Amino acid sequence: MTVVSRRFVSTDRRVREDRRFVAGSGRFVADIDLPGTLHVALVAAQHPAARIVAIDGAEALAMPGVIAVLDGQELSAATNPMMNGLDTPEVKRFPLAVGQNRYAGEWIAAVVAESRRLAEDAAEKVRVEVEPLGFVIDAEEAVSPHSLPVHPRHGSNVLLDRTFTWGAVEDDFSRSEERLSFRVTWGRSSTVPIETFGVIARWDPWSGILDVWASIQMPKYADQIARALKLPGNAVRVHYDVDVGGSYGVKRGIKQTVLAGYLARKLGRPVRLIEDRLENMRAGDAHGPERIFDVEAAFDRDGRVNSMRMRALDNAGAYAGRAPFQLGKPIGAIVGPYRIKSVEYRAMSVTTNKTVQEAVRGFGQSPTNYAIESMMDRVADHLGMDRLDLRRRNFIRADQFPYLIPSGSTYDSGDYHAVVEKVVAAAGYEALLAERDRLRGEGLCAGVGLAACLEPSGGNSSFEPLLNEKNRTSTWMESSRIIVDALGDVTVNIHTTSSGQGHETLAATVVGEVLEIDPDRIRVVRPDSLASLPGNSPVGSRMAVMLGGAASNAAKDLKRQMLAITANRMKVPVGDLVYDGGDVIGPGGSRLGWSDIVEIAHRRFHELPPGTSPGLTASFIQQVPTGVALPKDGKVQMYPCYSFEFHLVLLSFDPVLAKPEIHRYVIGHDCGTVINPHIVKGMTLGGIAHGIGAALLEEFVYDAEGQLMTQSFLDYLMPSTHEIPPVEIVHHCTPSPLTEFGQKGSGESGYLGAPAAISSAMQDAVAPWRVTLDRLPIRMSRVSDAIAAAQEEGVTSQ
Amino acid sequence: MRVPLTVNGTTSEIDVEPRITLLDALRDLLGLKGTHTGCEHGVCGACTVLADGAAVRSCLMLAVQCDGIAITTIEGLAPGPGELDVVQDAFCETHGLQCGYCTPGMILAASGLLAKNDDPTDHEIRDALSGNICRCTGYGQIIEAVALAARRLRQNNLRPALDDAG
Amino acid sequence: MKPAPFDYFRPVSIGEACAFLAANPEARVLAGGQTLIPMLAMRLARPSALVDVTRMRELTGIDLAGDTLRIGAATTQAEALDSALVAREAPLLRLALSNVGHPPTRVRGTIGGSIAHADPSAEIALAATILGASIVYRDGDEEIRFEPVDFFIGPTITTAPPSGLLTHVAFPRRPKGRVGAGFREIAARRGDYAVASAGAQVVLHGDGTCASIALGVGGVGDVPVNVDLSELDGTPFAFDRVAGVVAAALADLECVGDLHATASYRRRAAIQLAMQAIGDAHAVAMEDAA
Repeated sequence: MTVVSRRFVSTDRRVREDRRFVAGSGRFVADIDLPGTLHVALVAAQHPAARIVAIDGAEALAMPGVIAVLDGQELSAATNPMMNGLDTPEVKRFPLAVGQNRYAGEWIAAVVAESRRLAEDAAEKVRVEVEPLGFVIDAEEAVSPHSLPVHPRHGSNVLLDRTFTWGAVEDDFSRSEERLSFRVTWGRSSTVPIETFGVIARWDPWSGILDVWASIQMPKYADQIARALKLPGNAVRVHYDVDVGGSYGVKRGIKQTVLAGYLARKLGRPVRLIEDRLENMRAGDAHGPERIFDVEAAFDRDGRVNSMRMRALDNAGAYAGRAPFQLGKPIGAIVGPYRIKSVEYRAMSVTTNKTVQEAVRGFGQSPTNYAIESMMDRVADHLGMDRLDLRRRNFIRADQFPYLIPSGSTYDSGDYHAVVEKVVAAAGYEALLAERDRLRGEGLCAGVGLAACLEPSGGNSSFEPLLNEKNRTSTWMESSRIIVDALGDVTVNIHTTSSGQGHETLAATVVGEVLEIDPDRIRVVRPDSLASLPGNSPVGSRMAVMLGGAASNAAKDLKRQMLAITANRMKVPVGDLVYDGGDVIGPGGSRLGWSDIVEIAHRRFHELPPGTSPGLTASFIQQVPTGVALPKDGKVQMYPCYSFEFHLVLLSFDPVLAKPEIHRYVIGHDCGTVINPHIVKGMTLGGIAHGIGAALLEEFVYDAEGQLMTQSFLDYLMPSTHEIPPVEIVHHCTPSPLTEFGQKGSGESGYLGAPAAISSAMQDAVAPWRVTLDRLPIRMSRVSDAIAAAQEEGVTSQ
Repeated sequence: MRVPLTVNGTTSEIDVEPRITLLDALRDLLGLKGTHTGCEHGVCGACTVLADGAAVRSCLMLAVQCDGIAITTIEGLAPGPGELDVVQDAFCETHGLQCGYCTPGMILAASGLLAKNDDPTDHEIRDALSGNICRCTGYGQIIEAVALAARRLRQNNLRPALDDAG
Repeated sequence: MKPAPFDYFRPVSIGEACAFLAANPEARVLAGGQTLIPMLAMRLARPSALVDVTRMRELTGIDLAGDTLRIGAATTQAEALDSALVAREAPLLRLALSNVGHPPTRVRGTIGGSIAHADPSAEIALAATILGASIVYRDGDEEIRFEPVDFFIGPTITTAPPSGLLTHVAFPRRPKGRVGAGFREIAARRGDYAVASAGAQVVLHGDGTCASIALGVGGVGDVPVNVDLSELDGTPFAFDRVAGVVAAALADLECVGDLHATASYRRRAAIQLAMQAIGDAHAVAMEDAA
């Protein structure tokens, strides 16, 4: 094995963004004060579905400081509907409800005033006359042909119903010695960043440009705004130098931006829409997947799982958006880390009268992993096998990479057995089981949980053409430009916003690595969208691969230019030169320094070799390493790189109170070469915390009347320091053969396996009572009630 | 109503409606944008400031209540432009943050703890920060940062010597 | 989430506050604001004016008055939690306070504000109920004293006079004998409103027999509930016996079910927490030499 020596990549350097944030000097959208700014408050629908008979804003408009009241009729007449991911043209969506609303809390009018509080005062005075309509909340009810359609013109609630069969499913089922089936349900939760979504739009009629500042994490954001507002693409200028206060997928903000952009143009003043928490929770359209899995497994008595049938029914909420694609991404890792030979997968997405979904960290992969890992636990239980042994028996082996899974993706690299053995050694698996048994002996419920899963990374969007044949997207690019100024100082341009991922550190580190110069000397800036090369923003765990690739390839181009200049100057072939820390060394030790090369590039054009542009700059547009093909026969290479994680948890709880205490949490993580260890560690720990929330605490709950019951932070419970245990991370590195340094993605790590691991541990803890937990989040009341019911039926834990 | 507000050692008179929270007054009237709005109903802690040295939620105080109270915001911690105080530096050292949105509140909650207790246990750190929600970090590197800051505070020689007192 | 407009008044004396409240029936008292201000922000409360009592000297402070520990209504929870007097004279209250919210909310939140708000899961109200504190209001010139069981009549509903001002809460001083307190509560997240809570004060005679066990449970129904365990007075402390009496006393406890917990969960949890609190209290009492 060759040991690669690196100066900066994988070293323990500080994250450069942190300095401004600890000083309170981040620049978030709400921090931007433009003179003359107007403020928006929203009028929310009271019923889950109602025909809007009349909206009367007269009283509101008469209030001091109130500038405008906008309804959906006016807005929809002036704009195009927002884009749907699927081919569902009759599921039209505008920022304000048109004719009828489709969920409680949906925005039906916007009030614009000189301050936010005046806008809220006036919003109370907008009179809305409605006729309540029938509604549907439950996905299984919605899928029935007898259900009321949320969008009558679409004809039904079914947005997507596709069945894929990869491999010889029927044969594998009939040949297998055993089978089992079960249902598990992933409750509706989301990422819920502490900063709500916000946008400021300003129209300049003299230049014809709409300037947009937003807390955004959205591929092709500027394009979508321009399309909806019927503007040329080059009339929308998105400012990427806005810090985003967390997103983890959800900050897509098209509807908010279209609304603010329209108002800014109409009113001739900057317009600011910063969601308050109630607006954000009810109608920010940022809920996450809510999914019922029906799974059938076919396996042999030796523990080999041969085939799987899975039906995933997702409750998309009232409009389509991109959310149904979250059933598509998991196809890229539909067998998890296992050698399952064939899969039948039915993906169903339905509309209901709930808040709209948006992309959530992992884009549907974490719920699917929960279903797969539940299957592995149940197979082990069925066979009376140790759950760890069962997984070991089914893991893809290190010598089998690259490994083609039935649904068409090739896993790039990995050594799952090695990671698991490291975790087992670090945690002391046998000792953990013994500790569990000791806790049980004290009368507690105690469980060991485990979960193994993949993090597909380097996102392109092959799920789009796979689920929508009209969509012919085969790759998603990311770009970077490097400029060496006349003083020899380096500036790297990145063309996206960031929401905590440390992209400035990433870009500086890889450019510093390639150019062999101290990253602290490299400035990283973010031009606006009109000055940017194309990109697709930090989604799908892609930036280490994609921005890391773009920046390092641009730096390599720069180095190539420097070598060419030196070769020309020294009159020797490039092959005789060695790049050394910014200088270039020629035969016999002659050396041309960095500043000399810069001087030639910037001033002495007569010394430039033919075909070399003056001024040292380089741009690189990176395409997804494997993103070159459209789907064929329902198969496609989804993402290029596959990180692996293995979770091992011990928890216990009092059988009556049923509030779990996590005693031990160990994760083994292999995301290839780590660019910055602090960042990867933070992503992993944060993802686990988010996963613990999804497993135990967080849920958007609706009552029978279709009202959202968890619309404030008093009821939507996110874990605090008390609920998150110390987590031990065990590292392993299997470099990716597809990337510059061997890096893979890690932006979704932790979250992808934590809910499955917690569920596994909770299930193990209640197993002695023969209770089955089949729904996330696992509420303590539900656990306690189930144990009590079992005790009443005479079940004992012995 | 006119009210003198003392923030980071400077007193300025502001004119506010009674319904304006301290949070909004800091941000909108004094231009101190480091105090962040998270939930406006007292749960998330993003708006945490120090009031007479103790961490409080600025969304749960009215500006008109604050005369005579010394308010410290994140802008008041750094000893000079471009310089970090011990707690801020520790957060950088351990990367106790990601997006930076909860960070000022988190650092002030930590500062409030460390002002009273420079040798906190893990439980005491968790308890002091339990009212501040972070969605990025999972808290691990935040708790490391506070423990590191405490260690550095104990090791520095800026505090009055105790040995003279016997 | 901005409050609707209101006026702001900061009285300097109890008389001034009472006069204002009498003249402005839509006004509300603002103490620590940790519950009221979120209600204002969500426009669930729309008072015409707020009467800010946080700085009224007459309403702050912790002192001994005869056989009671007198805590001014505007005393913050943090002050009370740090108070040596509270720790010595009302250890149950101190334990209850450590479960109230989070450190930053205790810095502003007050003893009186919590009592007056009367949330069914409030720890201070539960401690006051268990210990039999007096809740003292001033209405005009009249002083009105309430026993907790007469004061808390429903979720956030009390018998407080509409224009009255809560001035202080008088807790009985530490009883004679060997005293121990225990307080337990459960919520999905520590620091949230408890879905069930229990507090106990165990007083033992020198020989270890029970002088009295005061027990109360909160968070499960509309109001904090005292549990009568007087049949144990004078008996040797036997955990199983106590458990039987507690289980019987709570078997028919009225509990509510909601998003966070079912009624049956609350009932079982209340019994479990009650036994834990009594166990804690007994252990402390056994260590108490007094």
